[in-house]
Amino acid sequence: MNTPVLQESLEELVERCTLAVETPGFAEAEAWKREAPCRAIAGCFPVYSPVELFHAAGMLPVGLAGGGNRMEIAHADSRFQSFVCSIVKSTLEQGMTGALSSFDALIFHSICDPARNLASVYARNFPDQKVEYIHFPQNLGTPEATGYLAREYERVMVSMSELTGRQVSFDDVRASISTYNQVRSVIRDLYAIRSDTPHLLKTRELYPLVRYGHLVPPERHLEVLLRAREGILAREGRPKDRIRALLVGSFCEQPPLDLIAAIEDAGCYLVDDDFLQGRRWFTRDVDAEADDPYYALADAYVDRSVPCAVKHDIRTSKADALVERARVHRADAVIVLCAKFCEPALFEYPLYRKALQAAALPHISLEFEEKMWVFDRIKTEIETFVESLLFS
Amino acid sequence: MADLQYQGHLHNLQKELMAEYYADLTASAEGSGVPAAYLLIGGNPVELLRAFDILPVFPEVNALQLAVRKQSLPHIQAAEFMGYSSDNCAYVKADIGMYFAGRKTPFATIPEPTLLLCNYVGCNVYLDWFGHLSEYTGRPAFQLDIPFIRTQSGTPSRDDIIYVLRQLERLVELCEEITGKRLDQDRLRESVRLSSETGALWSKIKHLTKQAPAPYDAYFDSVTMMAPLYCLRGTPQGLRFFETAYAELAEKAAAGVGPLETERFRYVIEGPPPWPHLRTFRDMFSRWNAVAVASTYSTVGGLWEFGFVHDPDHPMESIARHLLEWNLTNRNFLQRYAQIERYLEEWNASALVIHSVKSCRLFSAGQGDMREYFTKRGIPTLLVESDLEDPRYFSEAQMRNRIDAFFESVGHRTAVQGASS
Ligand code: SF4
Ligand code: SF4
Repeated sequence: MNTPVLQESLEELVERCTLAVETPGFAEAEAWKREAPCRAIAGCFPVYSPVELFHAAGMLPVGLAGGGNRMEIAHADSRFQSFVCSIVKSTLEQGMTGALSSFDALIFHSICDPARNLASVYARNFPDQKVEYIHFPQNLGTPEATGYLAREYERVMVSMSELTGRQVSFDDVRASISTYNQVRSVIRDLYAIRSDTPHLLKTRELYPLVRYGHLVPPERHLEVLLRAREGILAREGRPKDRIRALLVGSFCEQPPLDLIAAIEDAGCYLVDDDFLQGRRWFTRDVDAEADDPYYALADAYVDRSVPCAVKHDIRTSKADALVERARVHRADAVIVLCAKFCEPALFEYPLYRKALQAAALPHISLEFEEKMWVFDRIKTEIETFVESLLFS
Repeated sequence: MADLQYQGHLHNLQKELMAEYYADLTASAEGSGVPAAYLLIGGNPVELLRAFDILPVFPEVNALQLAVRKQSLPHIQAAEFMGYSSDNCAYVKADIGMYFAGRKTPFATIPEPTLLLCNYVGCNVYLDWFGHLSEYTGRPAFQLDIPFIRTQSGTPSRDDIIYVLRQLERLVELCEEITGKRLDQDRLRESVRLSSETGALWSKIKHLTKQAPAPYDAYFDSVTMMAPLYCLRGTPQGLRFFETAYAELAEKAAAGVGPLETERFRYVIEGPPPWPHLRTFRDMFSRWNAVAVASTYSTVGGLWEFGFVHDPDHPMESIARHLLEWNLTNRNFLQRYAQIERYLEEWNASALVIHSVKSCRLFSAGQGDMREYFTKRGIPTLLVESDLEDPRYFSEAQMRNRIDAFFESVGHRTAVQGASS
């Protein structure tokens, strides 16, 4: 836990984060919990979770990101059918194999039907853990949405306070908002650096740096990110002959790191993506000074958040937003990379396709599974796609 | 005694009333001037639309009608050609395919929507579906956000109810804009009163299958009665249908007549039916003299049999409660287990059949856990898979084998238990 981050090189930091992300289990979080009494761990199912609430309650919000490609699904397959996405099963499998036994609470959200049923199945199978379900408003155009969500957050906070036995003040929540604002701000910088100079920061490096925040306290993550930013800014290099691609569709279940690397190796600079979308949910800082910090968090959800397949905001068109994002990032093409059986992601595609065609933006649509091992086929498809763009 | 023929008057009355309803849809499509609102089955605030004389159109009912008439596949394929995935809900695909094919069906021409009223009662697909329709039709969508039942008590909080009431008020404003009329409180109370009586009768009908033999099949016959329950609720015609239905079915119950010659197995069934193969599926149970005495699917629009009635004195609040609490799909998965448990006990059933539907993750995702839960309680439980709309996912021989083996073993088990008791 106490390795001095400040002395590590960028490459060392990336290696440390990659190792942490790829190693099954939650060793750092468990060590953190053991350091002091009354500490607790909250496991947050994707996509977005108001981590500030758990942090303010004295908990470590750990991001659940599935089982990766090193986990065998042996038990959960009998609970969730073959046509259900993998992360639902791997999360339950983690529960069934004891990987989440140090978690005190599990948090699910209204993102999709399988995730909602998983909340119930999980609660039934693990009665000793607290399971909370957050209903995010699905009518963001109604003025009541923000106040409603603020009260929903307070309800969750009461539940967490019962668990930790800690009274949480508005100042506690404000302080947590401020901490996470700092983390998100550095992540925004890193994303901007990658978009401007993708030859200086590969996605296979950026991704583990961001995902490391799933596993450790935000203060620790911030140290790593700040040091990494220094390292990146000191880098030099020249762009290669690659296409600038924007990737969408992987906001919940995560593709294996090797698949991300394979996409880059196939000739793409990924200039924007929606991996780990919840870590980058807000477009601007959340108001850390607000009179009512719950309302501030809810307001940020309703009015300062990114478009996402699991957020049904009919005030704007997600397909138009995608085209606009591609323009802002000067993308040559779009890669739609959806988790297999992820209905929300799959539902976006027909509208994306229509808008991308209308904007004359080439795209390719692919599916992945978190347990994928072999990437040859997908890599070849992207290579062919890239070649068709570079040499047409 | 009048005609005790199975599905006698009732069947004819249903045909007649639904034909009238579909004629209204066609008339609207052809320019009668009656505005049409698309809305969804789950919960659903149809009474409010009735008070404004807005014609309710249920894309789910249209989709299942297409499936029953074996007309869904070309529409599904057309939608897949547009980029919809084989894993997307096939109701949506059939509906969107049908929309782009000119909205003509063998039963009606479906009008363009004046309003897309997405009542988000549980199913997340609803939101995508109506969002897409809004994009294609250019018509406004109203997303009525109904918080899912997520607390231990299983009831909505005061905040939930107020939140829904506020949105209903905004919906009223929108309907006023669309129709140019003010909400007539008396008309609203009247449609809620009609719903209230309809719901009470439907509840009594549901309770009739507690007796043996059950006077009708609470899956195969109930699901067909769902069409008048949604499309005609809140109207005098709807009430007339359920008055007739109750009278006829109560008479059968009194006479000890059921849909089968003899009733050998009483089971509960979970999940939507395979609409494209409904008859074949039904035969697979009938040949075992097995009757469904209760089904979860027949409660997607409302859970009247457990005590809900609309309240004409508090019309808006009762609409809100219906949306929030008194329907299957806004309740959590464990509440569904509890519902099935009640059916097994109070309706005196000895087996559970789970029809897992590839298209509908709201219903299906996690049914393996449900099976495990009931199996552990000693309830013989069968899980079979197909689809509610896409005819390609029905494997007849395999399905028949599974069902045969299941009832054979339930029969054997009953015989052994009988011998040892
Ligand atoms: S991957 Fe898609 S379907 Fe699966 S839990 Fe996430 S949002 Fe739901
Ligand atoms: S997913 Fe299920 S509940 Fe939702 S629209 Fe499709 S069939 Fe209906």
